[in-house]
Amino acid sequence: MGYSLDFGWLAGAAGAIARGAATTVLLIAVTTLVGTVLSILGAAGKRNGPKPLQLAIATYVEVMRNTPFLVQLFFIFFGLPSLGVRLDPILAAMLAMTLNMAAYTIEIVGAGLDAVPRGQTEAALALGLRPRQVFIKIVLPQALKVIYPALTSQIVIMMLESAVVSQIAVRELTYEADMLQARTFRAFETYLVVTMVYLGLSMGLRRLLVAGGRRALGAGVS
Amino acid sequence: MIEFTFWDIVRNLLLAARWTVLLSLAAFIGGALVGLVVLFFRIAKNKWVKRIASGYIALFQGTPLLMQLFLMFFGLPMLGLRIEPWTAAALGLTFFASAYLAEIWRSGVDALPRGQWDAGASLGLHYLQELRLIILPQAFAITRAPTVGFLVQLIKSTALTSIIGFEELVRTSNAINNATFEPFKVYGLVALIFFALCFPLTQYARRLERVAAR
Repeated sequence: MGYSLDFGWLAGAAGAIARGAATTVLLIAVTTLVGTVLSILGAAGKRNGPKPLQLAIATYVEVMRNTPFLVQLFFIFFGLPSLGVRLDPILAAMLAMTLNMAAYTIEIVGAGLDAVPRGQTEAALALGLRPRQVFIKIVLPQALKVIYPALTSQIVIMMLESAVVSQIAVRELTYEADMLQARTFRAFETYLVVTMVYLGLSMGLRRLLVAGGRRALGAGVS
Repeated sequence: MIEFTFWDIVRNLLLAARWTVLLSLAAFIGGALVGLVVLFFRIAKNKWVKRIASGYIALFQGTPLLMQLFLMFFGLPMLGLRIEPWTAAALGLTFFASAYLAEIWRSGVDALPRGQWDAGASLGLHYLQELRLIILPQAFAITRAPTVGFLVQLIKSTALTSIIGFEELVRTSNAINNATFEPFKVYGLVALIFFALCFPLTQYARRLERVAAR
């Protein structure tokens, strides 16, 4: 006998799916904000900071980029308590996501800073701006404009990877899916629906970021 | 209770790492083969064939790998196939890899000047010969760095198969952690093993990038 798909459970599950999706959105929103700030600081430190700081940032980037996010998450959630740092699942998830994303975006922002011609800094200094003003008002906006597409891709990738934080019982979209399928015994249908929700979220997030980037950084951002 | 010495932990993790390596290789080879087919579709002249390939790539790049693995794991039995974590993991990662590799190689094909196609045609080569003799060798050559970069991503992605029950490095480390209660040490070692696998490849990709930029 063939298997027939059944979506009858969906009506009662919409609330749980929406709640899970909201948590996923919250996670990625926090990660995006903190991660972007962190990667700007990191990229600036890697370019202009003292030697030990440069080395520390480079090591951090390499370690994060060459180990799986899931292992980083377990290390933070299960490993840190043995050092006396006990984190809420949702805080651990936000910390792991932010640290992971920053490792990628530090490199991206760094590439953007390299792409701004040296003359821009010189001209701004000649106009009497202080070095910090030069960085924030002149160099950074131009750099962000160049790297904006790479930055948005990284944010979307991180949103998709956040599915993994269900493993430390953060009640986001995947966690809700796990709970639903255990209750309805309709595993395939549940994950199919939730996969489509993720697809919608990633397309929506990309649109939102592009629109937001156009507003903040001006035309020509894609 | 069984006592685990440090050496016991390391040995068990290294034994489990074999499966991580094997799965990565299987998924990379499988992904390259399926990816080649997707690439053919993606660069086809027919608009609809092209669209199907674009949709396939967008689907895999727009959804979490974990969901893809779950769908494999729970979907395959519906097709009457016997379910095993290894099959679901290898197939899931193969399809995942195929979408990314096809997209990487497509960028290589697109980067070639139009004249390469014209030159092939003027030599009297038909479409498949052009692809095999002129276009693909060059497309693969200029996308070698991102291809190696993706292999690193694939190795890291095998960690997710622990969630659908495949006994690789992370799943074994969870079991060891449950017995030893030393998460800091166990997950630190797991991270170290992954780093040892990935870092040389990352460096290799970087070198390829530098050579290509010259």
